[in-house]
Amino acid sequence: MRNRTGRATRQMTQGETMARAATKSPSRASSATSATKRSTRSTKTAKATADVPSNEALVGYYKQMLVIRRFEEKAGQLYGMGLIGGFCHLYIGQEAVVVGMQAAIGEGDTVVTSYRDHGHMLACGMEARGVMAELTGRIGGYSKGKGGSMHMFSREKNFFGGHGIVGAQVPIGTGLGFRHKYQKTDRVSLTYLGDGAVNQGQVYESFNMAALWKLPVIFIIENNKYGMGTSVQRAAAGPSLAERGHAYGIPGEEVDGMSVLAVKAAGEKAVKHCRAGKGPFILEMKTYRYRGHSMSDPAKYRTKEELNKMRQEHDPIDNLRRVLMEQGVAEDALKKVDREIKDLITDAADFAQQSPEPDPSELWTDILVDA
Amino acid sequence: MTERSLVEAINLALSRAMTEDESVLVLGEDVGVDGGVFRATAGLIDRFGAERVRDTPISEAVIAGVSVGLAAAGFRPVAEIQFMGFSLTVLDQLVNHASRLRNRTQGRLTCPMVLRAPYGGGIHALEHHSESFEALFTHIPGLRVVIPSSPRRAYGLLLAAIRDPDPVVFFEPKRLYRLAREEVADDGEALPLDQCVTLRNGSDLTVVTWGAMCHDTLMAAKTLEDEGIEAEVIDVATLRPLDFATILTSVEKTGRCLIVHEAVMTGGFGGEIAARLAEHALMSLLAPVKRVTAWDTVVPYPRHESHFIPSPARIAAAAREIMEFA
Repeated sequence: MRNRTGRATRQMTQGETMARAATKSPSRASSATSATKRSTRSTKTAKATADVPSNEALVGYYKQMLVIRRFEEKAGQLYGMGLIGGFCHLYIGQEAVVVGMQAAIGEGDTVVTSYRDHGHMLACGMEARGVMAELTGRIGGYSKGKGGSMHMFSREKNFFGGHGIVGAQVPIGTGLGFRHKYQKTDRVSLTYLGDGAVNQGQVYESFNMAALWKLPVIFIIENNKYGMGTSVQRAAAGPSLAERGHAYGIPGEEVDGMSVLAVKAAGEKAVKHCRAGKGPFILEMKTYRYRGHSMSDPAKYRTKEELNKMRQEHDPIDNLRRVLMEQGVAEDALKKVDREIKDLITDAADFAQQSPEPDPSELWTDILVDA
Repeated sequence: MTERSLVEAINLALSRAMTEDESVLVLGEDVGVDGGVFRATAGLIDRFGAERVRDTPISEAVIAGVSVGLAAAGFRPVAEIQFMGFSLTVLDQLVNHASRLRNRTQGRLTCPMVLRAPYGGGIHALEHHSESFEALFTHIPGLRVVIPSSPRRAYGLLLAAIRDPDPVVFFEPKRLYRLAREEVADDGEALPLDQCVTLRNGSDLTVVTWGAMCHDTLMAAKTLEDEGIEAEVIDVATLRPLDFATILTSVEKTGRCLIVHEAVMTGGFGGEIAARLAEHALMSLLAPVKRVTAWDTVVPYPRHESHFIPSPARIAAAAREIMEFA
């Protein structure tokens, strides 16, 4: 299963490699980040060299992931109560991806994603209150209750949306990368897409342009195994999504997306590549969503066993919690974190129900500049 | 006979067409194993197999383009786009290819494809999941644009669309998918693709509408009836080509016309009908033609949807204004 170096020696199983390596040998944690499945010349596995984060940093990641988890659980409840309209796509299970990537970037780097976006916003530092109030369509939401679950933005936090059309955010992220390069900064564009989006044409038009112009774009493919109700195997040709940039000369790596440390290490490598002016990078995050595609999806296309196995063996939060305990972080301290987060989310949910609904006159605002 | 909802009628027509004609194929995202996001294609994969009922990747432009290729080669593909809001990338294939194949080849190649998509609001979604931009498609010569408003018409019009030798864009008002049931006989009878349907006779004014707005308009007509105003309600059903003769005959009789649609006003298909009335019915008109539409803004979040989409009250109020004019 695992040799002494902590490196995965068989086909990757999500989270497991990292969890075991981290639990038994924390100091080697970051060397166990790789997904070795289908390694090819162009798709090197992530051999991270980053230092193991401090306990304080680890607690920080734990906290961020748990905020997302609890936020999403609450959003699911509010949706069930009829307080959230439209479609609501929960991020539960995938928390390690955004938290790990956010840990790998810095001030001024930009983020864009599609519609499973609550986790990205929270990871970017956007407030739970504003995100939740947007879900309930209230004036206190990030889009004044006009955007809903899929359409929120924050210039301050460099989050460029929340977009509802599969794959359409990828050219936008490429544009953000263009801006970074044009302005001669060393900033990078984190451009998230799902495994479903990798079959959209504009993704490849983006790959080509980003590679041609050496734009600092990290294309992060969150492969949660299902594009809506269709599994990746039934939708995507080729051996690996990480290799989808091969024809354009874009390096790609598969990453254990259930391990925040593996994600962080891979993210740091990709960021370094981009900041050095070498052009775009692809990271395929092997992850899993516990809930349906949206709240209205009963997810009958997969088995309960598959889901339970992921939750029990590869949960990114449980795994990190175990690491923290191993590292000697007191359980009381973690319980305190749990309580703080519970309060934060309760407050956000209260705010989201108390913030007023926008006035109907808002229908006519922000169409054109003077509207 | 069995009572069926609109979405069940769609399913029935697809089954019928696939049974009758082996060249009919169904393709789209999650249409097979999952049975479609609104269950329109439920069970088809079990009956007709995964060769004929194809789950595609999320690749709308290619779904449309592959359908053009299949259709040019003699198949009758019925492609599903999950929401009209996701159909903008298919416009290139529909406008530049599907609609012009017959003309470019002088009929040596044709494009007997159907592109189905749910459209319109009323399910408390927003933007992409609620929009009505049928006018983008009615602008294109060489495309048929069909919108059913009842289970029976959905069945008959979809069969006609599949059998038609030219490309048909078939928009299904998703709010009506499960709203009402009526008896639908699986008799294989298609409905004409170039005829309006008069839903209600009246002598005071003509209300022209389509899709989910037919229901709100009939509700408004009931209110108006109580006030002594008799509205004639016409469901356009086939927007392109437009059966203008039926509308003209009605307006010549009533002298008044109100057009109701769920799409925003500017550039909407209601403008085309109003323009034709100006050209052909000026001397019959007792009052200006009016339109009740969604406002010229973005589909709002659920709680404001009722302010955005025309309501029976707004339709009735506009009818009264017309009656007060003359």
